[in-house]
Amino acid sequence: MGNNFKTMKAKNITEGVSLEVEGVSFSYNGKKALNNVNFSVNSAECTILLGLNGAGKSTLFSLITRLYDSPVGKIKLCGFDVKRQTQQALSKLGVVFQQTTLDLDLTVMQNLRYHAALHGMSRKQANLSIQQELERLSMYDRRLETVRQLNGGHKRRVEIARALLHKPSLLLLDEPTVGLDVSSRQSIVEHVHQLVSEHGLAVLWATHLIDEIYPDDRLIILHKGQIKLKGSVDNVLNQTTTTSINDAFKVLTQGENG
Amino acid sequence: MNILHYWRAMWGIVGRELWRFVKQRERFISALVRPLVWLFIFAAGFRAALGLAITPPYETYILYEVYITPGLMGMIQLFNGMQSSLSMVYDREMGSMRILMVCPLPRWFLLFSKLIAGVAVSILQVYVFLGIAWLYGIEGPWQGYLLVLPALMLVGAMLGALGLLLSSFIKQLENFAGVMNFVIFPMFFMSTALYPLWKMKESSEWLYYLAFFNPFSQAVELIRFAFYAQFNSFSFIYTLVAFIVFMIIAVLGYNPSKGMMMKKGGR
Repeated sequence: MGNNFKTMKAKNITEGVSLEVEGVSFSYNGKKALNNVNFSVNSAECTILLGLNGAGKSTLFSLITRLYDSPVGKIKLCGFDVKRQTQQALSKLGVVFQQTTLDLDLTVMQNLRYHAALHGMSRKQANLSIQQELERLSMYDRRLETVRQLNGGHKRRVEIARALLHKPSLLLLDEPTVGLDVSSRQSIVEHVHQLVSEHGLAVLWATHLIDEIYPDDRLIILHKGQIKLKGSVDNVLNQTTTTSINDAFKVLTQGENG
Repeated sequence: MNILHYWRAMWGIVGRELWRFVKQRERFISALVRPLVWLFIFAAGFRAALGLAITPPYETYILYEVYITPGLMGMIQLFNGMQSSLSMVYDREMGSMRILMVCPLPRWFLLFSKLIAGVAVSILQVYVFLGIAWLYGIEGPWQGYLLVLPALMLVGAMLGALGLLLSSFIKQLENFAGVMNFVIFPMFFMSTALYPLWKMKESSEWLYYLAFFNPFSQAVELIRFAFYAQFNSFSFIYTLVAFIVFMIIAVLGYNPSKGMMMKKGGR
C-alpha cells in the first residue's frame, strides 16, 4: 500500500491537479447553498475563491473537509475521493479555518505537537517539522509562549505552520486575514504565495478582500452558490471588459446583492 | 494509516485534554468543590436523618458520609461526562473540533479518543477527591483504590457517551443549565448515589424501579463494590451494555450529513 501510495502521489503531482470539484450542489433545509460548482486547483497555483459573505465559500470548505457530506457531485483530493477514500484524501490536506482553532492556554509547541500527533507523526519528525515551519515564519523563538500571549497575526502564523506540519499537497485557507492589521495581512499573503512558487503547494484561498490577489493567481468568483467566472486574472478582466478586479467583481455580482 | 498512527493520535488527544485541565485552575477547583460540599455539608447534616442497615458491600454499620462517597465519585464523572461532551460539540470548542475532524482518522475513533480524554480528566478528579476524603477519615481497603480504576473507566465512558448522544440529538440542550435540570439532577437523585434501593422501595415502588433501571444507579453500584474490592457482575454488564448502546447511537448521530454539525451549520 505504501508503495502504491507513493506512485499515486507522484502521478498526481506530475498531472498537477490537487483538488477537483465536479458538479457539486448542496442545500440546507431546502435552500440551495451551492449550485453545480465545478473547478480544479493545480499544484504550484494559488487559486483565490472570491465571494461576498454568504456566497457559499464556507459551505464549499466544509464539503471539501468532509464536515458535511456532499449529496450531489464529486470532490477529489490528489485523486482520492473525499467521500470514499476519506482518510487518504484528508492526509493530503492542510486547513486554516476562519475562526482561531488554537488552544489559548497551551503553548505554541503544545498546540503544534497535538496536531502532529493527530497526523501520526513521531516525536522526532514532529519536532523537526515544527522547527522548519516556525522558522520560516520567524516564530520559532516564541514556541514556548502560550498562544494567549500572541497577537492576532502571530496566532494566524502558528495556524499556517500547523496546517503545513504534515506536508500537505493542498492548503485551504478560509478568510485567514480577517481582523488582522495591514502588515500582518501582507506578510501572510506574501508567505502563502511564496509557498506556492517555491514549494509547488496548491492553495485555495477564500476571501472577499481584493487586495490579497496577486497577478499570477487564478480566480474563482462565487456568487449566491454559483460560479460566475473562473480563470486567470487577465482572463477575468478581459471577459468582463474591466480594468480592475474590483470592477470585474462588481459587474459579476451587480444587482443581485441582497 | 497504521496502529502507531492511531496510538499517537489517541495520546495526543488525551494529553491535550489533561494539559488543558491542569492549566485551567478555576475549572479544576470548581470541579472539586461540588462533591466536597456534598460530603462535608450535606452528608454531615443528613447523617442523623437516615439510618442505614447493613447491605453489601458493607460489612458493618456505616456513616452516611461513607455511603455517599461512591455516589459522589459517580457525580464527578456524571458532571464531567456531560460537560466535556457538550462543550466538545457546542461553544468555543467548535473550532478545535473541526481541526480534529479533518485529520485523517475515522470519525468514530476520534470521537472515542475524545471520550477517553474526558474520562482521563474525570478519573484525575476522582482520585484527588478520594485523597481529600481520606484525610477526612473516609477510607476504603487499599485494594479498593486500585480496583475502582477500571470501574471508573467504564462508568466515565458510559456517561461520556451519554453526553455525546444527548448533544447530537437534542438541540434544546445547548446550555448547561438545561442539561442540569433535565438530565443530571433526575439521574443523580433517582439513583443509589444518595440512598440505597431498599430505602426507596419503602417510599415508592415505581421510584424503586426507575432507580433500579437508571444506568447511573448501576454505575454507582459498580464503583461502590469495586471500591470495597468486590465485583458486582450485574452492574458491570448493565453499565457495559449502556455504554455500547449510547456509543453506537452517538456515532451514528455524528454522521456529518445528519448529525449536529449539520444543524449547527456554518454558512
